[in-house]
Amino acid sequence: MRKRIGHTEIEVNDEGYLIDFSQWTKEIGECIADENGICLTDRHWEVINYIHEKFQKDEPLSIRGIKKSGVINIKEFYQLFPGGPLKKATMIAGIPKPKSCI
Amino acid sequence: MGTKVKKMMFILSKATIENVYAAFIMANGARMEGIESELFFTFFGLEAIQKKKLEHLHVATVGNPAMHIPTMLGGLPGVEALATKMMKKEMEKLDIPPVGEFLEILSDSGCRLWACKLAVDMFHLKEEDLIDEIEGILTIGDFYNRADQEGTQLLFI
Repeated sequence: MRKRIGHTEIEVNDEGYLIDFSQWTKEIGECIADENGICLTDRHWEVINYIHEKFQKDEPLSIRGIKKSGVINIKEFYQLFPGGPLKKATMIAGIPKPKSCI
Repeated sequence: MGTKVKKMMFILSKATIENVYAAFIMANGARMEGIESELFFTFFGLEAIQKKKLEHLHVATVGNPAMHIPTMLGGLPGVEALATKMMKKEMEKLDIPPVGEFLEILSDSGCRLWACKLAVDMFHLKEEDLIDEIEGILTIGDFYNRADQEGTQLLFI
C-alpha cells in the first residue's frame, strides 16, 4: 500500500507499518504519531532512539526489555504511547510490529 | 482501530506454573494491545501473589498426561522440582520474566490486581502476606461490578 506523507510517498502494510525502514524520516515519524493522536516530545524521541538501537542490533523488543532499558520505565512508556505502547512506538519508529506475545 | 474486546477480566484459581503464566501472558498481552485487563486471584491462585510463595510455584507432573511420563513416576520426590526447573529454563530463554517480576510488569502496565476475599479468609491470609501490587481484597460481586462496559470478557483459569 502506498501512502503520501508531506512530499514523499512511502510503502506501508495494511496495518500502517513501514515496509522499508530506509524510507523513514523524522517527519514521517511525526506524521504517523499525529495520526495516532500522539504529539512527540523529547522524551518520545529518546524512546524512539532506543527502539532504533535495538532494531539496528537486531535485538527483539519486549515489555521486559523496556523495563530493563534504563531509558524509560513501563508506566511512563504506557503514558507516552497510550493504547498499546510497543505497537504504537514501533509504528512511529518505522520498524515492523514486534511479533512476541510478551 | 475498532477492537471489539475492550476489557479482559481473568479469574486465576490455580497455582501451577502453566496456569499462572497463561493468565499473566494473556493479561499482559491485553494491555499491550490497548485492552484493559484485571486479574482476580482466588483459591490456589493466591499462591501466585503471596510474597513467600510466588517464586516457588511448580508445574504439575502428576495427573498431567502432557508430561508424557507415567503418573507414578511423576509423584516421585524431586520429579516435580526437576520438571519445574527445566520449564523455567526454557521460559528464561524466551525472555519470559519470573513470577515476581511479571507481577511488577503487569501492575506497571496498568493491569489491576485483586485478591478474593473468601479465599483470603479461608487460607487465613493477611494483607501483608500479599505483594504490594495487589490493589485490594474484593468479593466476587465487587469483581463482577468492575465488568462495567460493553466488550468486557471474563475468563476463569
